[in-house]
Amino acid sequence: MVEKSWRPRIVAFLCRWCGYAGADLAGVSRMKYPEIYPIRVNCSGSVHPELILDAFRKGADGVLICGCHTPNDCHYISGNYKALKRVALVKKLLSQLGINQERVRLEWISAAEGRKFSRVVKEFYEKIRELGPLEVRV
Amino acid sequence: MRIGVFVCHCGRNISSTVDVSRVVREVSERSRKVVFSTDYKYLCSDPGQKLIEEKIKEENLDAVVIAACSPSMHEETFRRVLKRAGINEYLLEIANIREQCSWVHEDGTEKAIALTLAAVEKVSRNEKLKPIKIGVKRKCLVIGGGIAGITASLDLANSGFEVILVEKSPTIGGKMAQLSETFPTLDCSQCILTPLMVSLSRNDRIKLYTMSEVVEIDGYVGNFRVKIKKKPRYVIEEKCTVCGECEKVCPVIVPNEFDRGLSYRKAIYIPFPQAVPSSYVIDPNSCLGLNPVVCGKCKEVCEADAIDYHMREETIEEEVGAIIVATGYELFPKDRIGEYGYGTYEDVIDALEFERILSSTGPTGGTVKRPSDGRTPKRVVFIQCAGSRDENYLEYCSKICCMYTAKQAMLYKHLVPEGEAYVFYIDVRTAGKGYEEFFRRVQEEEGVIYIRGKVSRVYREGENLIVEGVDTLTGKKLTIEADLVVLSTGVVPPEGTENLVSVLKIQQDQSGFLKEAHPKLKPTETLTKGIFICGAIQGPKDITETVSQAKGAASAVMELLSMGEVERDPIVARVNEEYCVACKTCESLCPFGAVKVRDKAEVNEALCEGCGICAASCPTGAIEVVNNKFDQFEEVLEVLINGREKLETENSGLPL
Repeated sequence: MVEKSWRPRIVAFLCRWCGYAGADLAGVSRMKYPEIYPIRVNCSGSVHPELILDAFRKGADGVLICGCHTPNDCHYISGNYKALKRVALVKKLLSQLGINQERVRLEWISAAEGRKFSRVVKEFYEKIRELGPLEVRV
Repeated sequence: MRIGVFVCHCGRNISSTVDVSRVVREVSERSRKVVFSTDYKYLCSDPGQKLIEEKIKEENLDAVVIAACSPSMHEETFRRVLKRAGINEYLLEIANIREQCSWVHEDGTEKAIALTLAAVEKVSRNEKLKPIKIGVKRKCLVIGGGIAGITASLDLANSGFEVILVEKSPTIGGKMAQLSETFPTLDCSQCILTPLMVSLSRNDRIKLYTMSEVVEIDGYVGNFRVKIKKKPRYVIEEKCTVCGECEKVCPVIVPNEFDRGLSYRKAIYIPFPQAVPSSYVIDPNSCLGLNPVVCGKCKEVCEADAIDYHMREETIEEEVGAIIVATGYELFPKDRIGEYGYGTYEDVIDALEFERILSSTGPTGGTVKRPSDGRTPKRVVFIQCAGSRDENYLEYCSKICCMYTAKQAMLYKHLVPEGEAYVFYIDVRTAGKGYEEFFRRVQEEEGVIYIRGKVSRVYREGENLIVEGVDTLTGKKLTIEADLVVLSTGVVPPEGTENLVSVLKIQQDQSGFLKEAHPKLKPTETLTKGIFICGAIQGPKDITETVSQAKGAASAVMELLSMGEVERDPIVARVNEEYCVACKTCESLCPFGAVKVRDKAEVNEALCEGCGICAASCPTGAIEVVNNKFDQFEEVLEVLINGREKLETENSGLPL
């Protein structure tokens, strides 16, 4: 059983144009949400799949990636689609390693969606708490 | 590398939920890379900036971490500080401990420490960079030819810059051309607008494309390439003398959109007499004669030989240094508010329709007549906040409706002195110079009756409309028999905004208007450098504010274009030739065509936007974006995940 006070470690790759700006808006609007650790990246499509795996290797319990809405919001034209494909790949890989796919979540969050950002973080945090700490040892 | 950490209190914005002195202490203790750390009440203030500058020199720092607000606020400010202190401005990282920490957590101290340590790790692997200097085209694209676009274009052209003005309808003038008189001075709207339109058309520095839309944009600040699609007018602008003979013989009659369908026009028409360009236009959807076998009457009578049925759509390419978006607004589609009976009853109209009825050049020639039977309405009921401030429709206040309703009520009373005007309102908001005084006059001198309350429904009884509502001040139910009901409809972004946003790669706010870079300090800039916004597309506003903002946007563009060159962040991809296997993955994925592979991958720095899509797919790790390298993010992850518990060793044996 997971202890009540257990706080999952979640890192979030936020693209600077949409996800990060949405997270900033959540802050400006003082919307409280659980602690996650944001990393600003230029584009959701620049998040290397190995980096997601590396986060788990280092002890993360969940990885959130936020980019611009499909089809046309991406500042770099099609980076969000690339993220979509890569995350699908990473999820497959994770399940082969015995890691629940739901530990990775990809969301489209625009610069105007502070409320959505805070909701997604809350949901994801609860989901990871439900899944418990990631313990895979070989 | 000697790294210094500066933690900001931001007054109490950060320090009320983050123990700033603990952050200062612990980052020094936990990271050997930090040689100096301190805190200050406002780092962005002048003494705050001086403090950083002094400490860089005193402590011999060569890299800096600022733990403060979001990098979108002050990254540039602090870069300049580093530059002034004589160190490379790219050896700076911002830990966002305000928007993404102190403002969203009850106690953000641990997270603030982690974020600051992560920034330390990142900056310790940053390279010294020089900004890329690029030349600037001294030309601006203005999208939208309403009062905002006209003002901005004129200001720019009069300051010596070339302007391309793109307007999607056959004339410039926008909504302002449709208004009768403007509050609070009751200036005739066309009388103050049309001289501006004329001087725009005579200005050699302004190239006007009407019936045109921007369909594609690429490039970057200072150097945008723009593709404009120009629909055929079927009348040669330069030849048309506006004699009007064509209109007389045209057999097709359709509703006139300039009068909001309250009058009729022919298939060949001029939107209004003072239209710019001063030329007729053929509406291809209703014209019979585009196939001249069928009609061709207008061509027969045109002495100037201005009509050309074979005109084709054109694609025009232009290069500009900056872009101003001024596409204005539309009224909330009132038929969506079913309870008021719009669309069901002819005598329920929206504000712009009433504006046309009040206008001396309108469909009724300046006498007030109602649409159903042409009678002069003796009792008019205005319903304010139709759509606005309503969680079912628009949550926001449309800002202009209170004042235009007051104005319309006054104009109605001037034209029909014996008539009665009632206004249902939630609140009356009259912030603006002379507005409150105007509103008082409407009530006290013109005798317009204001009722605080909402209308529940409008229905027909006999020839008249019954307005049912509640006076919320007395709590009494009210029914008013009215000849005409005017809905003070709210304001929404125009159709096509979403498309434009995706062409320009700029952002919308939650209501669909365009998002500014900062609501207070950068109201005309967007997050995309070189693209500016003004007027109602940024948010509902009246003419006064629109003009001010348009002048602001024009001045921001002048600031950019007059320098001759701009600096661009040198955050671009770089290739480690030793690892490159010339597989061309990067080349095939790059959205900007910035990577070409010959023997090895080569990056064109002028085209590279630094997105990093190539880096995330390179099989050998040969291509990476400077200061955004894989190993930097690895270290950042290490600190964020384990740093807060000070774990030095790997904690799990995952076989990844």
